[in-house]
Amino acid sequence: MKYKVTYIENSGKAHTVEVADGWSLMEGAVKHLIPGIDADCGGACACATCQVYVAPEWQDKLPPKSDMEEAMLDFAPDVKPASRLSCQLRMGPELDGIVLHLPKTQHA
Amino acid sequence: MPENIVIIGAGQAGIQAVESLRKEGFMGPITMVGDEAYPPYQRPPLSKAYLLGAFERARLFLKADNYYAEAGCELILNTSAKAIHRADRIVELNDGRKLPYDKLLLATGARVRKLRCPGADLPGVHYLKTIADVDGLQAVFQAGKRIAIVGGGYIGLEVAAVGAKRGLDVTVFEAMDRLMARAVSPVLSDFYAKEHERAGVKLMLKTGVEAFEGNGKVERVIAGGKSYDADIVLVGIGVVPCDELAVAAGLACSDGIVVDQNARTGDPHIWSAGDCTRHVGREGHEIRLECVQNAIDQAKHAALSMVDKHKTYSEVPWFWSDQYDLKLQIAGLARPTDTLVLRGDPASRKFAVFHLRDGAVAAVEAVNAAPEYMIGKKLVGEGKKIAAETLADTSISMKQMA
Repeated sequence: MKYKVTYIENSGKAHTVEVADGWSLMEGAVKHLIPGIDADCGGACACATCQVYVAPEWQDKLPPKSDMEEAMLDFAPDVKPASRLSCQLRMGPELDGIVLHLPKTQHA
Repeated sequence: MPENIVIIGAGQAGIQAVESLRKEGFMGPITMVGDEAYPPYQRPPLSKAYLLGAFERARLFLKADNYYAEAGCELILNTSAKAIHRADRIVELNDGRKLPYDKLLLATGARVRKLRCPGADLPGVHYLKTIADVDGLQAVFQAGKRIAIVGGGYIGLEVAAVGAKRGLDVTVFEAMDRLMARAVSPVLSDFYAKEHERAGVKLMLKTGVEAFEGNGKVERVIAGGKSYDADIVLVGIGVVPCDELAVAAGLACSDGIVVDQNARTGDPHIWSAGDCTRHVGREGHEIRLECVQNAIDQAKHAALSMVDKHKTYSEVPWFWSDQYDLKLQIAGLARPTDTLVLRGDPASRKFAVFHLRDGAVAAVEAVNAAPEYMIGKKLVGEGKKIAAETLADTSISMKQMA
Protein backbone atom coordinates (compact mmCIF):
# COMPACT_ATOMS: atom_id res chain seq x y z
CA MET A 1 0.00 0.00 0.00
CA LYS A 2 1.05 3.55 -0.66
CA TYR A 3 -0.24 6.71 0.97
CA LYS A 4 -0.06 10.38 0.10
CA VAL A 5 2.39 12.83 1.60
CA THR A 6 2.70 16.51 0.77
CA TYR A 7 6.15 18.02 1.27
CA ILE A 8 6.25 21.81 1.14
CA GLU A 9 9.62 23.37 0.47
CA ASN A 10 10.70 26.47 2.34
CA SER A 11 10.00 28.44 -0.84
CA GLY A 12 6.36 27.30 -0.67
CA LYS A 13 6.62 24.83 -3.51
CA ALA A 14 4.50 21.77 -2.71
CA HIS A 15 5.09 18.17 -3.82
CA THR A 16 2.40 15.56 -3.25
CA VAL A 17 3.78 12.05 -3.67
CA GLU A 18 3.01 8.48 -2.64
CA VAL A 19 5.09 6.74 -0.01
CA ALA A 20 4.98 2.99 0.64
CA ASP A 21 3.62 1.62 3.90
CA GLY A 22 6.44 1.14 6.41
CA TRP A 23 8.90 3.45 4.68
CA SER A 24 10.05 6.51 6.56
CA LEU A 25 8.88 9.95 5.52
CA MET A 26 12.56 10.83 5.00
CA GLU A 27 12.89 7.97 2.49
CA GLY A 28 9.72 9.14 0.77
CA ALA A 29 11.25 12.55 0.22
CA VAL A 30 14.58 11.20 -0.98
CA LYS A 31 12.99 8.71 -3.41
CA HIS A 32 10.92 11.48 -4.93
CA LEU A 33 13.79 13.92 -5.27
CA ILE A 34 12.24 16.45 -2.90
CA PRO A 35 14.86 19.13 -2.28
CA GLY A 36 15.34 20.19 1.34
CA ILE A 37 15.89 16.87 3.09
CA ASP A 38 19.56 15.95 3.29
CA ALA A 39 19.43 12.78 5.40
CA ASP A 40 23.22 12.45 5.48
CA CYS A 41 23.21 9.29 7.61
CA GLY A 42 20.54 7.52 5.59
CA GLY A 43 18.04 7.16 8.41
CA ALA A 44 20.09 6.01 11.37
CA CYS A 45 19.04 8.93 13.59
CA ALA A 46 22.69 9.96 13.65
CA CYS A 47 22.82 13.30 11.87
CA ALA A 48 19.65 15.39 12.36
CA THR A 49 19.58 16.53 8.71
CA CYS A 50 16.05 15.37 7.84
CA GLN A 51 14.07 17.75 9.99
CA VAL A 52 10.48 18.56 9.01
CA TYR A 53 7.74 20.68 10.54
CA VAL A 54 4.55 18.67 10.85
CA ALA A 55 1.34 20.54 10.05
CA PRO A 56 -0.69 21.04 13.27
CA GLU A 57 -3.60 18.74 12.39
CA TRP A 58 -1.21 15.82 11.92
CA GLN A 59 0.95 16.20 14.99
CA ASP A 60 -1.17 14.08 17.35
CA LYS A 61 -1.36 11.24 14.81
CA LEU A 62 2.38 10.68 15.16
CA PRO A 63 4.07 8.45 17.72
CA PRO A 64 5.86 10.36 20.48
CA LYS A 65 9.53 11.21 19.99
CA SER A 66 12.08 8.75 21.30
CA ASP A 67 14.70 10.11 23.67
CA MET A 68 17.19 9.88 20.84
CA GLU A 69 15.05 11.84 18.40
CA GLU A 70 14.30 14.44 21.04
CA ALA A 71 17.97 14.87 21.84
CA MET A 72 19.08 14.99 18.20
CA LEU A 73 16.43 17.59 17.42
CA ASP A 74 17.64 19.79 20.24
CA PHE A 75 20.62 20.61 18.10
CA ALA A 76 19.16 20.87 14.62
CA PRO A 77 18.82 24.38 13.16
CA ASP A 78 15.54 26.36 13.50
CA VAL A 79 13.77 23.81 15.66
CA LYS A 80 10.13 24.49 16.46
CA PRO A 81 7.53 22.61 18.52
CA ALA A 82 6.31 21.06 15.24
CA SER A 83 9.77 19.69 14.40
CA ARG A 84 10.35 15.98 13.87
CA LEU A 85 13.11 13.95 12.27
CA SER A 86 11.44 12.45 9.23
CA CYS A 87 13.66 9.35 9.34
CA GLN A 88 11.86 8.37 12.55
CA LEU A 89 8.34 8.69 11.10
CA ARG A 90 6.92 5.59 9.44
CA MET A 91 4.27 5.73 6.76
CA GLY A 92 0.96 4.01 7.52
CA PRO A 93 -2.77 4.42 6.84
CA GLU A 94 -3.19 6.87 9.72
CA LEU A 95 -0.78 9.28 8.00
CA ASP A 96 -2.43 9.20 4.56
CA GLY A 97 -2.46 12.82 3.39
CA ILE A 98 0.06 14.16 5.94
CA VAL A 99 1.54 17.59 5.24
CA LEU A 100 5.18 18.34 6.08
CA HIS A 101 6.95 21.68 5.79
CA LEU A 102 10.69 21.70 5.15
CA PRO A 103 13.15 24.03 6.89
CA LYS A 104 15.34 26.49 5.06
CA THR A 105 18.44 24.47 5.80
CA GLN A 106 19.32 21.14 7.41
CA HIS A 107 22.80 22.18 8.46
CA ALA A 108 23.40 24.46 11.41
CA MET B 1 30.93 23.11 -25.45
CA PRO B 2 30.30 22.89 -21.72
CA GLU B 3 32.88 20.97 -19.75
CA ASN B 4 32.13 17.36 -18.96
CA ILE B 5 32.81 15.49 -15.75
CA VAL B 6 33.49 11.79 -15.32
CA ILE B 7 33.16 10.16 -11.91
CA ILE B 8 34.74 6.76 -11.32
CA GLY B 9 32.94 5.03 -8.48
CA ALA B 10 29.20 4.89 -7.85
CA GLY B 11 29.12 5.00 -4.08
CA GLN B 12 28.26 7.55 -1.42
CA ALA B 13 30.99 9.99 -2.48
CA GLY B 14 30.24 9.69 -6.19
CA ILE B 15 26.54 10.37 -5.83
CA GLN B 16 27.16 13.24 -3.41
CA ALA B 17 29.42 14.84 -6.00
CA VAL B 18 26.69 14.58 -8.64
CA GLU B 19 24.19 16.16 -6.29
CA SER B 20 26.57 18.92 -5.21
CA LEU B 21 27.76 19.68 -8.76
CA ARG B 22 24.16 20.25 -9.85
CA LYS B 23 23.41 22.27 -6.74
CA GLU B 24 26.42 24.47 -7.50
CA GLY B 25 25.12 25.09 -11.00
CA PHE B 26 27.36 22.82 -13.05
CA MET B 27 25.47 22.34 -16.33
CA GLY B 28 27.70 20.01 -18.34
CA PRO B 29 27.30 16.28 -18.81
CA ILE B 30 28.21 13.96 -15.93
CA THR B 31 29.04 10.30 -16.37
CA MET B 32 29.35 8.00 -13.37
CA VAL B 33 30.96 4.59 -13.68
CA GLY B 34 30.37 1.86 -11.08
CA ASP B 35 31.66 -1.70 -10.98
CA GLU B 36 28.72 -3.14 -9.07
CA ALA B 37 25.35 -4.07 -10.53
CA TYR B 38 23.52 -1.43 -8.50
CA PRO B 39 23.22 2.34 -8.57
CA PRO B 40 24.65 4.15 -5.51
CA TYR B 41 23.39 2.70 -2.25
CA GLN B 42 23.89 3.05 1.47
CA ARG B 43 26.39 0.62 2.90
CA PRO B 44 25.85 1.16 6.65
CA PRO B 45 22.57 -0.83 6.82
CA LEU B 46 24.21 -3.83 5.12
CA SER B 47 25.73 -5.14 8.34
CA LYS B 48 22.69 -4.09 10.38
CA ALA B 49 19.03 -3.95 9.33
CA TYR B 50 19.57 -5.35 5.83
CA LEU B 51 21.36 -8.45 7.11
CA LEU B 52 18.65 -8.86 9.73
CA GLY B 53 16.08 -8.85 6.94
CA ALA B 54 14.36 -5.80 8.41
CA PHE B 55 15.17 -3.56 5.47
CA GLU B 56 14.21 -4.37 1.90
CA ARG B 57 16.78 -3.86 -0.82
CA ALA B 58 14.86 -1.06 -2.54
CA ARG B 59 15.36 1.07 0.55
CA LEU B 60 19.15 0.93 0.28
CA PHE B 61 19.33 3.03 -2.86
CA LEU B 62 20.38 6.60 -2.25
CA LYS B 63 18.34 7.99 -5.14
CA ALA B 64 15.17 7.14 -6.98
CA ASP B 65 15.61 5.40 -10.35
CA ASN B 66 14.54 8.50 -12.25
CA TYR B 67 17.03 10.71 -10.41
CA TYR B 68 19.81 10.03 -12.89
CA ALA B 69 17.86 11.08 -15.95
CA GLU B 70 16.55 14.16 -14.12
CA ALA B 71 20.03 15.11 -12.98
CA GLY B 72 21.56 14.54 -16.40
CA CYS B 73 23.89 11.89 -15.08
CA GLU B 74 24.71 8.92 -17.25
CA LEU B 75 25.18 5.87 -15.07
CA ILE B 76 27.40 3.07 -16.38
CA LEU B 77 27.14 0.05 -14.08
CA ASN B 78 28.84 -3.36 -13.97
CA THR B 79 31.86 -1.67 -15.46
CA SER B 80 35.23 -0.75 -14.05
CA ALA B 81 37.80 1.71 -15.22
CA LYS B 82 40.94 0.14 -16.61
CA ALA B 83 43.20 3.13 -17.05
CA ILE B 84 43.40 6.89 -16.91
CA HIS B 85 45.21 8.44 -19.84
CA ARG B 86 46.03 11.78 -18.27
CA ALA B 87 47.79 13.38 -21.23
CA ASP B 88 44.71 12.82 -23.44
CA ARG B 89 42.22 13.19 -20.56
CA ILE B 90 40.54 9.87 -21.30
CA VAL B 91 39.30 7.16 -18.98
CA GLU B 92 39.47 3.71 -20.52
CA LEU B 93 36.87 1.22 -19.32
CA ASN B 94 37.30 -2.54 -19.06
CA ASP B 95 34.83 -3.03 -21.92
CA GLY B 96 37.07 -0.97 -24.20
CA ARG B 97 34.99 2.19 -24.12
CA LYS B 98 36.88 5.44 -23.85
CA LEU B 99 35.41 8.36 -21.92
CA PRO B 100 36.97 11.77 -22.54
CA TYR B 101 36.84 14.13 -19.57
CA ASP B 102 37.52 17.73 -18.78
CA LYS B 103 37.41 16.99 -15.07
CA LEU B 104 37.65 13.64 -13.36
CA LEU B 105 36.63 12.56 -9.86
CA LEU B 106 38.06 9.36 -8.43
CA ALA B 107 35.55 8.07 -5.88
CA THR B 108 36.69 4.48 -6.01
CA GLY B 109 36.22 3.72 -2.31
CA ALA B 110 37.84 0.83 -0.54
CA ARG B 111 37.76 -2.92 -0.74
CA VAL B 112 37.86 -5.50 2.02
CA ARG B 113 41.20 -6.56 3.33
CA LYS B 114 41.53 -10.27 2.61
CA LEU B 115 42.77 -12.70 5.18
CA ARG B 116 45.79 -14.61 3.95
CA CYS B 117 46.00 -17.95 5.66
CA PRO B 118 45.60 -21.61 4.72
CA GLY B 119 42.00 -22.32 3.74
CA ALA B 120 41.12 -18.65 3.28
CA ASP B 121 39.64 -19.43 -0.14
CA LEU B 122 37.32 -22.22 1.06
CA PRO B 123 33.63 -21.78 0.25
CA GLY B 124 31.79 -20.54 3.32
CA VAL B 125 34.35 -17.82 4.08
CA HIS B 126 32.46 -14.55 3.65
CA TYR B 127 33.32 -10.87 3.56
CA LEU B 128 30.90 -7.97 3.88
CA LYS B 129 31.11 -4.87 1.73
CA THR B 130 28.45 -5.06 -0.97
CA ILE B 131 24.80 -6.00 -1.43
CA ALA B 132 25.98 -9.14 -3.21
CA ASP B 133 28.16 -10.05 -0.21
CA VAL B 134 25.23 -9.78 2.20
CA ASP B 135 22.86 -11.65 -0.10
CA GLY B 136 25.41 -14.46 -0.18
CA LEU B 137 25.79 -14.44 3.59
CA GLN B 138 22.07 -14.17 4.24
CA ALA B 139 21.40 -17.38 2.34
CA VAL B 140 23.23 -19.32 5.06
CA PHE B 141 22.66 -16.96 8.00
CA GLN B 142 20.15 -19.14 9.86
CA ALA B 143 19.27 -19.88 13.46
CA GLY B 144 21.33 -22.68 14.93
CA LYS B 145 24.24 -22.22 12.52
CA ARG B 146 27.66 -21.65 14.02
CA ILE B 147 29.29 -18.50 12.69
CA ALA B 148 32.91 -17.65 13.36
CA ILE B 149 33.61 -13.96 12.98
CA VAL B 150 37.20 -12.92 12.37
CA GLY B 151 37.78 -9.39 13.60
CA GLY B 152 36.16 -7.58 16.52
CA GLY B 153 35.70 -4.25 14.76
CA TYR B 154 32.52 -2.48 13.66
CA ILE B 155 31.59 -4.93 10.91
CA GLY B 156 32.34 -8.05 12.91
CA LEU B 157 30.46 -6.85 15.96
CA GLU B 158 27.46 -5.59 14.04
CA VAL B 159 27.19 -8.97 12.36
CA ALA B 160 27.66 -10.65 15.75
CA ALA B 161 24.76 -8.63 17.16
CA VAL B 162 22.48 -9.50 14.24
CA GLY B 163 23.58 -13.14 14.46
CA ALA B 164 22.82 -13.36 18.18
CA LYS B 165 19.42 -11.80 17.55
CA ARG B 166 18.71 -14.29 14.79
CA GLY B 167 19.65 -17.25 16.99
CA LEU B 168 23.01 -18.14 15.48
CA ASP B 169 25.80 -19.50 17.62
CA VAL B 170 28.34 -16.67 17.37
CA THR B 171 32.05 -16.65 18.16
CA VAL B 172 34.23 -13.59 17.53
CA PHE B 173 38.01 -13.96 17.13
CA GLU B 174 40.01 -10.81 17.74
CA ALA B 175 43.78 -10.66 17.62
CA MET B 176 44.03 -7.58 19.84
CA ASP B 177 43.32 -7.63 23.57
CA ARG B 178 40.10 -5.65 23.25
CA LEU B 179 37.21 -5.02 20.85
CA MET B 180 37.20 -2.13 18.34
CA ALA B 181 40.72 -1.30 19.51
CA ARG B 182 41.40 0.89 16.50
CA ALA B 183 38.18 2.88 16.87
CA VAL B 184 37.22 3.35 20.51
CA SER B 185 38.66 3.82 23.99
CA PRO B 186 39.05 0.90 26.43
CA VAL B 187 35.96 1.84 28.46
CA LEU B 188 33.82 1.25 25.39
CA SER B 189 35.68 -1.91 24.42
CA ASP B 190 34.93 -3.38 27.84
CA PHE B 191 31.34 -2.19 27.78
CA TYR B 192 30.67 -3.75 24.38
CA ALA B 193 32.42 -6.97 25.37
CA LYS B 194 29.98 -7.35 28.27
CA GLU B 195 26.99 -6.58 26.05
CA HIS B 196 28.01 -9.17 23.50
CA GLU B 197 28.67 -11.80 26.13
CA ARG B 198 25.29 -11.09 27.70
CA ALA B 199 23.70 -11.76 24.30
CA GLY B 200 25.47 -15.11 24.17
CA VAL B 201 28.31 -14.17 21.84
CA LYS B 202 31.59 -15.90 22.63
CA LEU B 203 34.56 -13.55 22.47
CA MET B 204 38.03 -14.87 21.87
CA LEU B 205 40.38 -11.95 22.44
CA LYS B 206 44.11 -12.07 21.77
CA THR B 207 43.28 -14.95 19.45
CA GLY B 208 44.55 -14.67 15.92
CA VAL B 209 43.14 -16.99 13.27
CA GLU B 210 45.77 -19.27 11.75
CA ALA B 211 43.81 -21.34 9.25
CA PHE B 212 40.48 -22.62 8.05
CA GLU B 213 39.89 -26.28 7.38
CA GLY B 214 37.14 -28.29 5.78
CA ASN B 215 36.20 -30.77 3.13
CA GLY B 216 35.02 -28.72 0.17
CA LYS B 217 33.80 -25.95 2.47
CA VAL B 218 34.88 -24.34 5.69
CA GLU B 219 34.15 -26.53 8.73
CA ARG B 220 36.76 -25.50 11.29
CA VAL B 221 38.65 -22.42 12.36
CA ILE B 222 42.15 -22.90 13.74
CA ALA B 223 42.91 -20.09 16.15
CA GLY B 224 45.34 -19.77 19.01
CA GLY B 225 46.41 -23.34 18.34
CA LYS B 226 42.90 -24.73 18.89
CA SER B 227 40.22 -25.94 16.53
CA TYR B 228 36.68 -24.50 16.54
CA ASP B 229 33.80 -25.97 14.52
CA ALA B 230 32.02 -23.47 12.28
CA ASP B 231 29.38 -23.56 9.54
CA ILE B 232 30.02 -20.01 8.36
CA VAL B 233 32.98 -17.65 8.59
CA LEU B 234 32.72 -13.89 8.27
CA VAL B 235 35.95 -11.96 7.97
CA GLY B 236 35.87 -8.27 8.93
CA ILE B 237 39.45 -7.10 9.25
CA GLY B 238 39.25 -3.70 7.64
CA VAL B 239 39.53 -2.27 4.16
CA VAL B 240 42.21 -1.05 1.81
CA PRO B 241 41.79 1.99 -0.45
CA CYS B 242 41.16 1.37 -4.16
CA ASP B 243 44.01 3.49 -5.46
CA GLU B 244 45.46 1.21 -8.16
CA LEU B 245 44.11 3.29 -11.04
CA ALA B 246 45.64 6.43 -9.58
CA VAL B 247 48.94 4.67 -8.89
CA ALA B 248 49.07 3.36 -12.47
CA ALA B 249 48.31 6.86 -13.75
CA GLY B 250 51.26 8.25 -11.81
CA LEU B 251 49.23 10.25 -9.27
CA ALA B 252 50.73 10.58 -5.80
CA CYS B 253 49.43 7.77 -3.59
CA SER B 254 50.39 6.60 -0.15
CA ASP B 255 47.93 4.02 1.14
CA GLY B 256 45.26 6.15 -0.55
CA ILE B 257 45.12 8.81 -3.25
CA VAL B 258 46.79 11.92 -1.89
CA VAL B 259 44.59 15.01 -2.11
CA ASP B 260 44.69 18.50 -0.65
CA GLN B 261 42.02 20.18 1.44
CA ASN B 262 40.03 20.90 -1.72
CA ALA B 263 40.10 17.21 -2.69
CA ARG B 264 42.51 17.95 -5.56
CA THR B 265 45.17 15.52 -6.68
CA GLY B 266 48.40 16.83 -8.19
CA ASP B 267 46.75 16.79 -11.64
CA PRO B 268 44.70 19.97 -12.14
CA HIS B 269 42.01 17.96 -13.94
CA ILE B 270 41.62 15.22 -11.30
CA TRP B 271 39.96 15.23 -7.86
CA SER B 272 39.33 12.42 -5.44
CA ALA B 273 36.94 11.91 -2.52
CA GLY B 274 35.85 9.31 0.00
CA ASP B 275 37.43 6.17 1.44
CA CYS B 276 40.05 6.03 -1.33
CA THR B 277 41.78 9.28 -0.34
CA ARG B 278 44.52 10.33 2.00
CA HIS B 279 44.19 13.95 3.00
CA VAL B 280 45.47 16.42 5.54
CA GLY B 281 42.90 16.38 8.31
CA ARG B 282 41.72 19.34 10.32
CA GLU B 283 44.43 18.66 12.88
CA GLY B 284 47.16 18.95 10.27
CA HIS B 285 48.02 15.25 9.98
CA GLU B 286 47.63 13.07 6.93
CA ILE B 287 44.72 10.75 7.47
CA ARG B 288 42.54 8.28 5.65
CA LEU B 289 38.95 8.15 6.81
CA GLU B 290 36.57 5.31 6.07
CA CYS B 291 33.14 6.68 6.78
CA VAL B 292 29.95 8.15 5.40
CA GLN B 293 30.81 11.58 6.78
CA ASN B 294 34.06 11.77 4.84
CA ALA B 295 32.44 10.49 1.65
CA ILE B 296 29.76 13.16 1.88
CA ASP B 297 31.83 16.11 3.05
CA GLN B 298 34.89 15.49 0.93
CA ALA B 299 32.73 14.97 -2.16
CA LYS B 300 30.97 18.26 -1.45
CA HIS B 301 34.35 19.99 -1.29
CA ALA B 302 35.50 18.26 -4.46
CA ALA B 303 32.36 19.45 -6.27
CA LEU B 304 32.90 23.02 -5.04
CA SER B 305 36.50 22.95 -6.19
CA MET B 306 35.51 21.51 -9.58
CA VAL B 307 33.35 24.57 -10.18
CA ASP B 308 36.10 26.89 -8.91
CA LYS B 309 34.48 27.64 -5.55
CA HIS B 310 37.23 26.46 -3.26
CA LYS B 311 36.46 25.82 0.38
CA THR B 312 38.83 24.17 2.83
CA TYR B 313 37.67 20.77 4.03
CA SER B 314 37.88 20.80 7.82
CA GLU B 315 34.67 19.13 9.00
CA VAL B 316 34.72 17.12 12.20
CA PRO B 317 34.66 13.41 11.32
CA TRP B 318 31.74 11.41 12.73
CA PHE B 319 30.90 7.75 12.86
CA TRP B 320 28.20 5.51 14.22
CA SER B 321 27.57 1.87 14.93
CA ASP B 322 24.36 0.06 15.86
CA GLN B 323 24.72 -3.07 17.96
CA TYR B 324 21.64 -4.46 19.74
CA ASP B 325 19.69 -1.46 21.04
CA LEU B 326 22.89 0.53 21.51
CA LYS B 327 23.64 3.50 19.34
CA LEU B 328 27.31 4.39 19.39
CA GLN B 329 28.07 7.83 17.98
CA ILE B 330 31.58 9.23 17.73
CA ALA B 331 32.80 12.66 16.72
CA GLY B 332 36.44 13.65 16.29
CA LEU B 333 39.57 11.55 16.14
CA ALA B 334 40.91 10.23 19.42
CA ARG B 335 44.58 9.77 20.20
CA PRO B 336 46.07 7.36 22.72
CA THR B 337 47.58 10.27 24.66
CA ASP B 338 44.24 12.02 25.23
CA THR B 339 42.90 12.45 28.75
CA LEU B 340 39.68 10.46 29.05
CA VAL B 341 36.66 11.75 30.95
CA LEU B 342 33.72 9.46 31.64
CA ARG B 343 30.29 11.09 31.81
CA GLY B 344 27.49 8.87 33.08
CA ASP B 345 27.54 5.26 34.18
CA PRO B 346 28.13 2.50 31.61
CA ALA B 347 25.92 0.22 33.73
CA SER B 348 22.99 2.48 32.84
CA ARG B 349 23.75 1.79 29.12
CA LYS B 350 23.80 5.53 28.49
CA PHE B 351 27.13 7.30 28.84
CA ALA B 352 29.89 9.12 27.01
CA VAL B 353 33.66 9.34 26.99
CA PHE B 354 35.20 12.70 26.23
CA HIS B 355 38.77 13.02 25.01
CA LEU B 356 40.63 16.09 26.18
CA ARG B 357 43.80 17.27 24.47
CA ASP B 358 45.56 20.29 25.97
CA GLY B 359 42.33 20.90 27.86
CA ALA B 360 40.20 21.08 24.71
CA VAL B 361 37.54 18.58 23.68
CA ALA B 362 39.12 16.58 20.84
CA ALA B 363 36.68 13.69 20.50
CA VAL B 364 33.58 12.21 22.06
CA GLU B 365 32.24 8.67 22.12
CA ALA B 366 28.59 8.48 23.10
CA VAL B 367 26.46 5.42 23.77
CA ASN B 368 22.70 6.07 23.66
CA ALA B 369 23.60 9.66 24.53
CA ALA B 370 22.60 12.02 21.75
CA PRO B 371 23.13 15.31 23.66
CA GLU B 372 26.68 14.28 24.53
CA TYR B 373 27.28 13.41 20.89
CA MET B 374 25.66 16.47 19.30
CA ILE B 375 27.07 19.05 21.73
CA GLY B 376 30.32 17.12 21.86
CA LYS B 377 30.69 17.36 18.10
CA LYS B 378 30.17 21.11 18.31
CA LEU B 379 32.75 21.39 21.09
CA VAL B 380 35.24 19.39 19.02
CA GLY B 381 34.65 21.69 16.06
CA GLU B 382 35.31 24.73 18.19
CA GLY B 383 38.20 23.15 20.08
CA LYS B 384 36.52 24.37 23.22
CA LYS B 385 38.30 23.98 26.55
CA ILE B 386 36.16 22.50 29.30
CA ALA B 387 37.32 21.25 32.68
CA ALA B 388 37.20 17.48 33.14
CA GLU B 389 35.13 17.86 36.34
CA THR B 390 32.52 19.85 34.44
CA LEU B 391 32.25 17.29 31.65
CA ALA B 392 31.94 14.46 34.15
CA ASP B 393 29.21 16.20 36.16
CA THR B 394 25.85 14.94 34.88
CA SER B 395 24.03 17.56 36.97
CA ILE B 396 25.37 20.07 34.45
CA SER B 397 23.51 19.63 31.16
CA MET B 398 25.37 19.42 27.87
CA LYS B 399 23.48 22.48 26.69
CA GLN B 400 25.06 24.52 29.44
CA MET B 401 28.46 23.60 28.02
CA ALA B 402 27.63 24.50 24.42
